[in-house]
Amino acid sequence: MWKFFHRLASPPHFYRLAAIFAPWLMLPGLVLIAYGTIAGLFVAPEDYQQGDAFRIIYVHVPAAYLSMMAYMIMAVSGGIGLIWRIKLAHAVGAAAAPLGAAFTLLALLTGSIWGRPMWGTWWEWGDPRLTSELILLFLYFGYMALRSAIDDTLKADKACAVIALVGVVNVVIVHYSVEWWSSLHQGQTLLRKGGPAMDSAMLYPLLAMILGFTLVFGALLLRRVRTEVLYRERRTRWVRKMILAPQGGR
Amino acid sequence: MMIDDVAEQPGIASGLVAMVRRDLLLVWKRPGDVLNPLFFFAMVCTLFPLAVGPSAEQLTFSGPGVLWVAALLATLLSLNSLFVADFEDGSLEQLLVSPQPLPALVLGKTIAHWLSSGVPLVLVSPLLAITYRMPTDVVGVMMLTLALGTVCLSLLGSIGAALTVGLSRGTALLSLLILPLAMPVLLLGANTVSLAAGDEMYSTGIWALAAYAVATLSLAPYAAAAALRISNE
Amino acid sequence: MTAKLSANDLTLVRGERVLFHGLGFALNSGELLLLQGQNGSGKTSLIRAIAGLLSLESGEIFWGGVPVLQQRQLFHGSLVWLAHSSGLKADLTLVENLEFEKVLRPQSAREPEEVFERLGIARLKRLPVRFLSAGQQRRVALARILLADVALWLLDEPFTNLDQEGRELVIELTEEHLAGGGLCVLAAHQDIDLEATVKMVRL
Repeated sequence: MWKFFHRLASPPHFYRLAAIFAPWLMLPGLVLIAYGTIAGLFVAPEDYQQGDAFRIIYVHVPAAYLSMMAYMIMAVSGGIGLIWRIKLAHAVGAAAAPLGAAFTLLALLTGSIWGRPMWGTWWEWGDPRLTSELILLFLYFGYMALRSAIDDTLKADKACAVIALVGVVNVVIVHYSVEWWSSLHQGQTLLRKGGPAMDSAMLYPLLAMILGFTLVFGALLLRRVRTEVLYRERRTRWVRKMILAPQGGR
Repeated sequence: MMIDDVAEQPGIASGLVAMVRRDLLLVWKRPGDVLNPLFFFAMVCTLFPLAVGPSAEQLTFSGPGVLWVAALLATLLSLNSLFVADFEDGSLEQLLVSPQPLPALVLGKTIAHWLSSGVPLVLVSPLLAITYRMPTDVVGVMMLTLALGTVCLSLLGSIGAALTVGLSRGTALLSLLILPLAMPVLLLGANTVSLAAGDEMYSTGIWALAAYAVATLSLAPYAAAAALRISNE
Repeated sequence: MTAKLSANDLTLVRGERVLFHGLGFALNSGELLLLQGQNGSGKTSLIRAIAGLLSLESGEIFWGGVPVLQQRQLFHGSLVWLAHSSGLKADLTLVENLEFEKVLRPQSAREPEEVFERLGIARLKRLPVRFLSAGQQRRVALARILLADVALWLLDEPFTNLDQEGRELVIELTEEHLAGGGLCVLAAHQDIDLEATVKMVRL
């Protein structure tokens, strides 16, 4: 069992395994998203309060959830890379950042679109979730800016690991403090505390979308990590051999 | 001289205290450096009435927020120089090869930084608060939040400063890294003062800031020390 | 008997370049490790790696047979490092700088005044360091080395900015340190003539 993990941490083995696994994540993911989209748009009944506007949650909730998960992945992989000095872990963190930032942006856009019919405005600072999500976007930008500012790859990896770990603590603090702030100013929220009451016709497409998005995220992450690994290991023998091989490598 | 004996190591507290003393001595030799963030603080406070108008109502209402944002920006400005000077003359890397625990030395530097930038800010703030028509009892609350808040900011800032020391565009990057970390501090500080201004219960905010200060005091030096080692590789 | 300072199979990669590969050495009391090579060959990086500032791609450094990473505090308490930059605060005087040094590292029982006399900087001790010439600053940095009570000296190009007299002084001081049972790692890009056992590493 340990041997499996040990081999996984080795870049050439990971490169091969990731190529094999990725389609197994991507295809079911896309299928789930397809089901979720169709069911969410056409099968689920209207929300008694929000009408058809609520349907954006089928994109917003998965995006928001993944934006958080991506940051957790960055922090955990950074921690693993720092403590056990596994270079692949750093590659995972580097690969996850732009993906996470993209999902954060998506969550913000869909959140804004969702809020428009209800608030009458494109942005409501008083919504604690939206504001927290914006701060998360800033954390992502800081991480990516730090990475691009340091030339040496290993040094950049370690520095970004530190900022990701500090950031993860900050995410929690931001969540609670923004909630307190919002309660002071009685802003309007998208989701009431305790979550919206949903019947199963609404819920199943949502679960499908969440799972589907997660699988697709996983597949995209694997692809990005493969690219990272290829770039980082570009001078090693195994990469050279693979690229120069007759078939041109897969 | 017995080379093989391990000479007695100086204690941790002495390292921290010596660091504080050295940095304060350096500030003493260049007292003008203390004034820069203070003037920046005052200037930012001037920007708002200029930009949005001097109506009394608006000033009283926005006072806590504006003062806090100005204090945050001024602290950010002063954080740039936390490690840069030591990095440039090579004294920083000497700290890294000292038997003294690095987090203690970093904490010493941060304390000296707070004493030379945060404390003056707190002391000057009443003058600016008066221009924002802040009642005296609220000014007291504001000074308390600023005192606690600047401690948090100096500590959080030391992490960002440690990560960006030696980088060519480090200044802008420092702000980008620290601001998201500083947002909860700003939030707690400014809103606590607003609550006090509105005659509402504000102790939650004070306790939260105090807790945050204690938490950052115990954790930030370790993160900053790790970041310094990484930056100096 | 295990060598006091030793290393095996050291490999260091900086950016894309492999600075050295499979490097090893063993240094005992009274011996000098001379690092020779042109500018940019990795002498400074090797010294920094020995000091524990750089992470190595492979290999370990041992102090008294124990890996340095397992006894960082002890190891750092046993060395003093003269880097390219003086490591002194320019706004402070020599005396003020050394006051701070006392806490950083165990100090010897040597009289500071004697050390200043020896180095020819006694009359400069109350001037802020930035008013001193480059050569004087180098001598001031040497005072830091002499006043530390440590076994290992790491000297990175100690002869820079020094005149002939200064260079001879450095050699003399190093010889004394080695004779007293100390160790020294010295990086230079010229030949050194020293009265002690010298081991060479060419980078």
